[in-house]
Amino acid sequence: MSEPAAIWGDALIAAALAAIDPAASVLLRAAAGPVREQWLDLLRDLTPPSTAIRKLPPSISEDRLLGGLDLAATLQAGRPVLQRGLLAEADGGVLIAVMAERTAPSTTAHLCAALDTGAISIERDGLSLRAPARFGLIALDEGIGDERVSPALADRLACHLDLSTVARADLGESLFKSSDIAAAHALLPRVRLPDEAIEALTTTSLALGIDSLRAPLLACRIARIATALDGAIDVVEAHIACAARLVLAPRATRLPATEDDAETSEAPEPETDSAENEQDDRSHDGPLEDRVLEAAQAAIPADLLKRLQDERAMRTRASSAGRQGHAQKAPKRGRPIGARRGEWRAGARLNVLETLRTAAPWQPLRRRAQRAGKSGRLIVHKDDIRITRFKQRSGTTTIFVVDASGSSALQRLAEVKGAVELLLAECYIRRDEVALIAFRGKDAELLLPPTRSLTRAKRSLAGLPGGGGTPLSAAIFAATELALAVKAKGQAPTIVLMTDGRANVARDGGGRSEAEAEALVAAKQLALTGIPVVLVDSSPRPQDKAAQLAGAMHARYVALPHADATRLSQAVMAQAGR
Amino acid sequence: MGIAFPFSAIVGQDEMKLALMIAAVDPKVGGVLAFGDRGAGKSTAVRALAALLPPMSAVVGCPYQCDPADAAAQCAECRTRSKPAGKGKKPAPLKAHQVPVPVIDLPLGATEDRVVGALDLERALAHGEKSFEPGLLARANRGFLYIDEVNLLEDHLVDLLLDVAASGENVVERDGLSIRHPARLVLVGTGNPEEGELRPQLLDRFGLSVEVKTPSDLPTRIEVVKRRDAFETDPAAFVAHWEKDEAKQRKRILAAREHIGSVKVADRELENAARLCMALGTDGLRGELTLMRAARAAAALDGAKAVDDGHLKTVAPMALRHRLRRNPLDDSGSSVRVERALNELFAT
Repeated sequence: MSEPAAIWGDALIAAALAAIDPAASVLLRAAAGPVREQWLDLLRDLTPPSTAIRKLPPSISEDRLLGGLDLAATLQAGRPVLQRGLLAEADGGVLIAVMAERTAPSTTAHLCAALDTGAISIERDGLSLRAPARFGLIALDEGIGDERVSPALADRLACHLDLSTVARADLGESLFKSSDIAAAHALLPRVRLPDEAIEALTTTSLALGIDSLRAPLLACRIARIATALDGAIDVVEAHIACAARLVLAPRATRLPATEDDAETSEAPEPETDSAENEQDDRSHDGPLEDRVLEAAQAAIPADLLKRLQDERAMRTRASSAGRQGHAQKAPKRGRPIGARRGEWRAGARLNVLETLRTAAPWQPLRRRAQRAGKSGRLIVHKDDIRITRFKQRSGTTTIFVVDASGSSALQRLAEVKGAVELLLAECYIRRDEVALIAFRGKDAELLLPPTRSLTRAKRSLAGLPGGGGTPLSAAIFAATELALAVKAKGQAPTIVLMTDGRANVARDGGGRSEAEAEALVAAKQLALTGIPVVLVDSSPRPQDKAAQLAGAMHARYVALPHADATRLSQAVMAQAGR
Repeated sequence: MGIAFPFSAIVGQDEMKLALMIAAVDPKVGGVLAFGDRGAGKSTAVRALAALLPPMSAVVGCPYQCDPADAAAQCAECRTRSKPAGKGKKPAPLKAHQVPVPVIDLPLGATEDRVVGALDLERALAHGEKSFEPGLLARANRGFLYIDEVNLLEDHLVDLLLDVAASGENVVERDGLSIRHPARLVLVGTGNPEEGELRPQLLDRFGLSVEVKTPSDLPTRIEVVKRRDAFETDPAAFVAHWEKDEAKQRKRILAAREHIGSVKVADRELENAARLCMALGTDGLRGELTLMRAARAAAALDGAKAVDDGHLKTVAPMALRHRLRRNPLDDSGSSVRVERALNELFAT
């Protein structure tokens, strides 16, 4: 609905707002490129020179983020010396989070806490510290496809911009000068926000299906800052509309219901058009709420409906901490299992007692060597440093691949669902993660990315439809890919494949024989990865096909012709060797 | 940080507010767990509670804020100091001062040594001395320990915290130290089930559990945003405006604390509580005990002389919903099941 030029116009306003007050945080979704660079340059130009602009890399270590013990200085001084973290350093300035979609979950949690409280508090390494951390956050989301910034963080960011459709040709010059910013900054405390504005923004957010109350609240703040930017002290409609466009529209989860059709929250494509017409027809004399809603609606991305369909997939990356995970060689968490000699690397946890024990016998010798005299200071050498070792049980991720096709017999789907639910419950108690892939019709779909959240697991399972062809090969490929990704994160994957083995849809849409051949190829590839697989034959009369397939993928074969859900789950648990 | 949003100004969320007040009246109720949507005001309520609670009297210089009047709950040092120095001599009274009730934040990245306390690094390095540096548990003694995103906390830390909260004592055996100190605290955990859940083994060790939902009706939502906006624009004025209500709530808590010892629980109510738990099939007796404690605190808050059916009904969902033996996938069930059991019990 919105033109690239209009998007860029809003982006310009957002940059100016962010320069005025840290409350105007921004989530910027755009690929790295000239458009994004220009926007960032603009932001830099507009921010007062005294304001610090810091970058936050996605892989920042916790002690750099929050601050911690400066080990070298500590040993030299003989007392704990603190190192300030990035969040505290950014106080009063702007923090740019690069590749925010890949930020580690713990980093995200700290960012959220800092945004909430405007301060950081740390309790670690024997230190306890509180420091103000009121900063403007610009989260740069370069996510390709369905990679997104964590929903918890996105919820706290005020303006959501998507510049991915903006081309270089659309770029225009900035409308604001740094003098405007300074003036607005001074004006901001005096801006008055009338109650009608609050009502209008809240109503609009509800109409757009935004659940969180942070959205209207952030919109109120943005309306204030926009007013100040305008050089006014009374918030008027234009400012409210601006806030609705920047804050509310991008969060919309549904198009507002039109008068003739009240239940349109899930209406398909035509809704877009009718809403558009509606908007053109309406004149500017309705109540304020309606006009604000209109403004927001105009800014709703055109692909809203598609995006909503992708919603599930969108959550995928956000919760799985990026797919680049690497095996944890030296985990920093878990149960301590003694100490070893180590370096002063960041993140390693110093074992003070062991370090002191190692250093103690050498003290007289070292004093003499250094002629330190009678000073009571302990002389600790690099060799004395002892690092605590931790052991962390590597978690298991069970990937359920469920055949929801017609051939797998619809009557058995309920049974399979029941079994998966029971297995899920088991995994839940064990704190294992579970993932769910369903295949039917033409393709396999990742219904549930690896998660521990049962709420989500249950929801995605309940919504699993049945019927259609059996694209078995696609399912095996998808499962293999997911299992490898899980493995790369340092977790141990197990695949539980529930099917009757009767493939009849190949990946290129081919028929039964091709599909079966392809499924065997896929199975052999899966076997090469060495990932443990359990194949549950769900056909009423077990046949060779499933057993053959199980052989090809070196899977344990479980035939369960008349199993009820409980027995099925017991069998899988036993076969998986757990 | 500075000023907290006033407790009384929180719109709706009555169940969570009641649960927190019950915990403030009777800390033995065993912690509050609040699970729910993002941006529903969980953290706000807990932080607001800190400002609401009346100050308490504590021994000057004691790292555990010991109560000078309660010798049984004091730390080893306070106890020695308050003992008679010799035969026939009177003990020197402990110096006391008024301090705010601690509400300690447990940050997500906190390490075990900061939570339980550890070897004092500075003194170890500078003087080669072995001494104990109290941790967060010490600072939270007689107060609240607030864990945001409790579901994301390391399991072993949650275990440890629940254990300490249940025993009221922190035992430190690490770094060559062997120390125990009082840690009577109320755990308040919040979290969003979308981001991962708490292990079922841990669930029922929290005394009360509330479900927090974002209000979905427009007027309430508008009111929330209005108040929050007013607060953010001018915190001091907003707090001043609500001071009267805050004082009223504070008085209510104080009165309830005094009064709770004399609140009677008739056998009939005990029977009702037991019947309810049996009907729901809760494991163990913790359900009944918590239910009675919570009902008594609720009665005390009401200024009632005895627990009646109404109190039982009010607190039953929060005291029992997380104790039901359930299919963990059946997420809609627990609250509804408690309601149903209540209706059956009180219909006859």
